[in-house]
Amino acid sequence: MKATGAYEPIFAGERRKRLDDVFTCYPTKRAALLPALWIVQQTHGWISDEAMTEVGQVLGVTAAYVKGVVTFYTMYHQHPVGRHFIQVCTTTPCNLCGAEGVVEAILEHTGCGDLGATSADGRFTVIEVECLGACGFPTAVMVDDDFIEGVTVDGVPELLGRYP
Amino acid sequence: MGYPHEPHPKETLILSKHFGDAGARSYDGWVKCGGYQALKRALAMDPADVIEIVKESGLRGRGGAGFPTGLKWSFMPKERRKPHYLCCNADESEPGTFKDREIMRWTPHALIEGCAIAQHAIQAEVCYIYIRGEFTEPIAIMQAALDEAYREGVLGGNAMGTNRRIDMYIHRGAGAYICGEETALMNSIEGRRGNPRIRPPFPAQQGVFGMPTTINNVETLVSVLPVLNEGAEWYKDLSLGNPKSTGTKLFSVCGHVRKPGNYEVTMGFPLGELVNDLCGGMRDGRTLKACIPGGSSVPILNREETEACLLDYEGCVEQGTMLGSGGVIVFDDSADMVYQIMRLARFYAHESCAQCTQCREGTAWTVRILERILRGEGEMKDLDLLLDLSEQMTGKTICVLSDSCAAPIVSGIKKFRDEFEAYITGAKQPVAALT
Ligand SMILES: Cc1cc2nc3c(=O)[nH]c(=O)nc-3n(C[C@H](O)[C@H](O)[C@H](O)COP(=O)(O)O)c2cc1C
Ligand code: SF4
Ligand code: FES
Repeated sequence: MKATGAYEPIFAGERRKRLDDVFTCYPTKRAALLPALWIVQQTHGWISDEAMTEVGQVLGVTAAYVKGVVTFYTMYHQHPVGRHFIQVCTTTPCNLCGAEGVVEAILEHTGCGDLGATSADGRFTVIEVECLGACGFPTAVMVDDDFIEGVTVDGVPELLGRYP
Repeated sequence: MGYPHEPHPKETLILSKHFGDAGARSYDGWVKCGGYQALKRALAMDPADVIEIVKESGLRGRGGAGFPTGLKWSFMPKERRKPHYLCCNADESEPGTFKDREIMRWTPHALIEGCAIAQHAIQAEVCYIYIRGEFTEPIAIMQAALDEAYREGVLGGNAMGTNRRIDMYIHRGAGAYICGEETALMNSIEGRRGNPRIRPPFPAQQGVFGMPTTINNVETLVSVLPVLNEGAEWYKDLSLGNPKSTGTKLFSVCGHVRKPGNYEVTMGFPLGELVNDLCGGMRDGRTLKACIPGGSSVPILNREETEACLLDYEGCVEQGTMLGSGGVIVFDDSADMVYQIMRLARFYAHESCAQCTQCREGTAWTVRILERILRGEGEMKDLDLLLDLSEQMTGKTICVLSDSCAAPIVSGIKKFRDEFEAYITGAKQPVAALT
């Protein structure tokens, strides 16, 4: 979403209907906050301050409250990220099996250079994350919503090739 | 089975019988496997009788603490004066643990059935299945199974034709290990930051939305199925002689073994046999150095302790550790214990919710001191400092995340002190990446 120009509400039409369905699952509106934030992120790729304000209005909480929740959870992006967002697990079990080498290879092949930076072509952002819950199949990597097991240094180019 | 490997003859396949068989995933497939019989039985019984059978079976929570499941259910008010809730804990974020994911991927209807039985027992109309945000595939599979279960009349206003309401919803997490802690999980469902709550009040009195609530782990809930299908006595007899630890348990084995994966064995199975036999032993002719048997939050065992440890609640305590979640992390002789313990400390520092000073500051300082040692800038007195810090972090905070960070530090320094000292004396080269 652009910082300039009129703000276009996210919760209209089909997305509003989706949120109304979410409301029926909980006794309070506030409980729909995490699901609402997921809808925002799926729509725009990240969660802007304007979007937080809108979510607050729709749920009847302040924008500051929404921000407090967004900042608590690491999967919500508060800034735009590359077209493909790569999360590499480097916690002990994956680490024992070479996860740091995989991170290096991914940084090199994506041209990101540093963790958290987006590649010049806007294609990738890479971060290290803690245990993804697939420790027996190291290295565990997430690319966008895809969960990939058993990534090795040699497999990195092919893996990245799947995400133009 | 030792999923993704062929089943091993020493396994006892009950929960994992259908792992790898996509046919068991659908409603029809699950019914063909004998599914929804346990729920039918339960719904024909008085809730108190369901609780009694589960108590009898000796089933204990598989999420980490090992609390007796029937007893936990019995804490819920007997009369339903206000809404009761069940929360299914599918946050699975404890390093080394990856069993609940497999249960949800292969047998989603087993989990729905287990939740519905528990809901009947504690008289909860609504269950939230809290699944960690990264588990996109298990979430999709569970959602498809829930849709089917509603279509088939297992769930909804006339569940299984009993004229009773059973509802179940998935609540997707968003990246926070601490939300696996049961009170943080409830806050997260309520749309709050995932900070653990001070107890009392306990969840059975005042849980999610202030209502009586029970929280159970995924594996605990699916373990209720064999208890109802085969009976409490049958379930109890599965254990190898210890009546306090009954049934089977999934052990996720990872690290330096030839065949990592999920293995289902009866309680009391020898850890050494699991690692050396079922998992094929160490890779590349290496030797076993250490093992964490219950997820990263429990003390580390050295080789002798690993060989002597029996995998049940008491057997682990006897070796100075805990069964925890059953996430078995194996280290061979090539592992740098100091570095890997630092990685664990980083995990806890990253995941601390920062409410308690001892935890927020303690985890951060632990990382800083360990990094200093790994850079070759440590002093002998840093080891005492680490132990002192760990003591300050144990038993003093709102939840046990702080204690969990201390566990590998204290046991690591005790059992692998020479490796720490080697960095301090300069006998070992500093870790280049940290300098
Ligand atoms: C920091 C922390 C993280 C936890 N993470 C999980 C988890 O991911 N999954 C889980 O089932 N239990 C987890 N637990 C344990 C839960 O608080 C709770 O004891 C458990 O879900 C109860 O279920 P059970 O009785 O069926 O084992 C965690 C506890 C703590 C203190
Ligand atoms: S011990 Fe740590 S994680 Fe637990 S409540 Fe306190 S600060 Fe939060
Ligand atoms: S340590 Fe990488 S998935 Fe658990």
